[in-house]
Amino acid sequence: MATEVKETESAGKEIDFTACDEICEKYKDWKGATIPVLQQVQEAYGYLFSEIVERIADNLNMSAHQIYGVITFYAQFYTKPRGKYVIRVCRGTACHVQGSGRISEVVCEEFGIRNGETSADLKFTLEEVSCIGACGMAPVIMINNKTYGNLKPEEARKIFRDYAELQG
Amino acid sequence: MSYTTDHVEVHVCMGTAGVASGGHEVMEALEQEFAKRGLKNAESKERNCAAKQTGCRGLCARDVLIDVYIPGKEPITYEHVSAEMVPTIVEEHIVGGNIVEKWAAKADYFQFYDKQKRYVLADCGRVDPESLEDYIKLGGYEAIKKALTMTPEQVIDEVKKSGLRGRGGGGFPTGLKWTFCRNSPGDHKYLICNADEGDPGAFMDRSIIEGNPHAVIEGMLIAGYAIGCDEGYIYCRAEYPLAIVRVIKAIKDAEAAGILGDTVFGTNFHFKLKLKEGAGAFVCGEETALIASIEGERGMPRPRPPFPAVKGLWQKPSNVNNVETFANLPGILLNGSEWYANIGTEKSKGTKIFALSGKVKSTGLVEVPMGITVRELIFDVGGGIPKKRKFKAVQLGGPSGGCLTPDHLETPIDYDSLIAAGAMMGSGGVVVMDETNCMVNVAHFFLTFTQRESCGKCIPCRIGTKTMLDILTRIITGQGREEDIDLLLEVGNDIKTASLCGLGQTAPNPVLTTVKYFRHEYEAHIRDKKCPARECAELIEFVVVDDRCKKCGICKKACPVDAITWEKGTVAYIDKSKCVKCRECIVNCPFNAID
Repeated sequence: MATEVKETESAGKEIDFTACDEICEKYKDWKGATIPVLQQVQEAYGYLFSEIVERIADNLNMSAHQIYGVITFYAQFYTKPRGKYVIRVCRGTACHVQGSGRISEVVCEEFGIRNGETSADLKFTLEEVSCIGACGMAPVIMINNKTYGNLKPEEARKIFRDYAELQG
Repeated sequence: MSYTTDHVEVHVCMGTAGVASGGHEVMEALEQEFAKRGLKNAESKERNCAAKQTGCRGLCARDVLIDVYIPGKEPITYEHVSAEMVPTIVEEHIVGGNIVEKWAAKADYFQFYDKQKRYVLADCGRVDPESLEDYIKLGGYEAIKKALTMTPEQVIDEVKKSGLRGRGGGGFPTGLKWTFCRNSPGDHKYLICNADEGDPGAFMDRSIIEGNPHAVIEGMLIAGYAIGCDEGYIYCRAEYPLAIVRVIKAIKDAEAAGILGDTVFGTNFHFKLKLKEGAGAFVCGEETALIASIEGERGMPRPRPPFPAVKGLWQKPSNVNNVETFANLPGILLNGSEWYANIGTEKSKGTKIFALSGKVKSTGLVEVPMGITVRELIFDVGGGIPKKRKFKAVQLGGPSGGCLTPDHLETPIDYDSLIAAGAMMGSGGVVVMDETNCMVNVAHFFLTFTQRESCGKCIPCRIGTKTMLDILTRIITGQGREEDIDLLLEVGNDIKTASLCGLGQTAPNPVLTTVKYFRHEYEAHIRDKKCPARECAELIEFVVVDDRCKKCGICKKACPVDAITWEKGTVAYIDKSKCVKCRECIVNCPFNAID
């Protein structure tokens, strides 16, 4: 089942802000730096937990509210931890008419996660995305950076099971 | 234009689809094979072989595609190539001189290209997108050099005369748009390339950037010079990682070569270019929202006026054009406006790139002259509908567009004819649907999308799309009410009239056009609680119709939960206690025997 990890999951642990500070420093004199800073900090820390958001706000001389305003607007910022393997199921029009809805269901059948959820062992996250622009090979999914196209639901299931067997 | 080489060159399609189908492995296999046989950097022309990565040539359904160029011979294309096939191709074709006929592209491959006119995409599939030298070798950056010998006014005039209209969807005349920004007072002006291709079903901008990034940069230089901009941004959606990598490399290479920077080609014209990565919001394709996003804010549209040409990015005059618009410019400058204006129809000039997908045999990217009919696009270029099914509808223009029916097959595709028919050019997404697609379900799909992507700033869009989605959900789950259709039309028209930006103003279109052309399907859902296309799972009974079942057993094999019993010579039976309504049996049954 899906996890309900709190945003302050990291509380109690020592957080190393070095990478965050370096990224903010790099963009110090940029206009409109918020989004690239958030992207890179998320890249470095995996997701945007509350302590790191406060730190960014301090560094950029903004309020945390402003930062949260930006984070919650865009689909690609996360305030919860994500799975090791992010399964992106394309739900664009071309994939829809070729039956991609069924592929999301297969993910749910295999790992018990729905759109936006992460499995309890932090191995898989399901993300339904609007269009990854590979409509010629619909239905398409991406697992991390690898693209799989022209999928039938049962082929997709096999791919998911292969990933589930991977160590670590 | 034919491409020639002085040595043996094998082009490997390495767009997103090419890579996903194993492009890297094919490339590697070629390199290994050449090295093993001593063909790499060999002295004689006939023996010197090189493998080259190219961008998308459009026919993604047949990737990995490779072209074998041998000096003095016609190039040969192979389709569905895998790494295991490479040694045979090298052995028999390149070394032995005999084409491997069984893998070579056949007539149906060439049919895809017959009615196309590839100008913007001409070099996608030929040029190495990661090589500035290769772009220059194919005549790249000649257009900006020519522009720099003209006055900015002359450049704008040339673009005006060409009749080029914005390719992002609206179809506003490009030259005129530039005039507004040029005439706007200010010493610092911005040029923005909109590469936030959010329309599900459209991928031409991705392919252009991935396949020929320098063409976009050259187009931006031309526009920047004409308008008087000194700084530019390419705003690219983050969902296109390969495009981002390639554009960053292209910018870096162009800077190092003095093509971008303080003295463009040694002149006084200076132009800096940056890439801005999006963060996942459809509404950022709207130009004022895009500007807000570059500024680091929530990407919400701003009321116009003031227009970006007057007060845009950081309150400075700004001009936003789409990727494809920019990619059209080098051709116009090099060949002249008259050449360009001769292509297309009276009011829609040039070619347009369409992303053909859905229920059509050859899915992929096509570039056709404006004015081609819907029939030619779907049946001649696309090869028609697979599995001997019937053409039912085509959605043009993505979630903002509308659908057309078999009655509209002779409609010419140009900005004005499409709007008259109730659809729109949009960014050029063409999603074909057959008789197994439910139009109410499609409308529900689009509203789910626009509702999720509504930024929430204005009420008609925020609340209105939610209301429409609720009604549609009701209908596809069998809870529809008699008055629902009229209610959809009423709310839809209100949203169109009252929304702040293009997203809201066009969001109801898919519903309004499906009601207009497929009202009987809505009525069947509401009155009979039936989905005629058998796509809405809640309204399907999942029973095998005896006289249609040909006793083939395909449904049994397709069923993932073993709910179907079948033996040779008997009609299949579905056990409803096991059935999970996944519709696999319906999708796979060749005889439409499951209701």
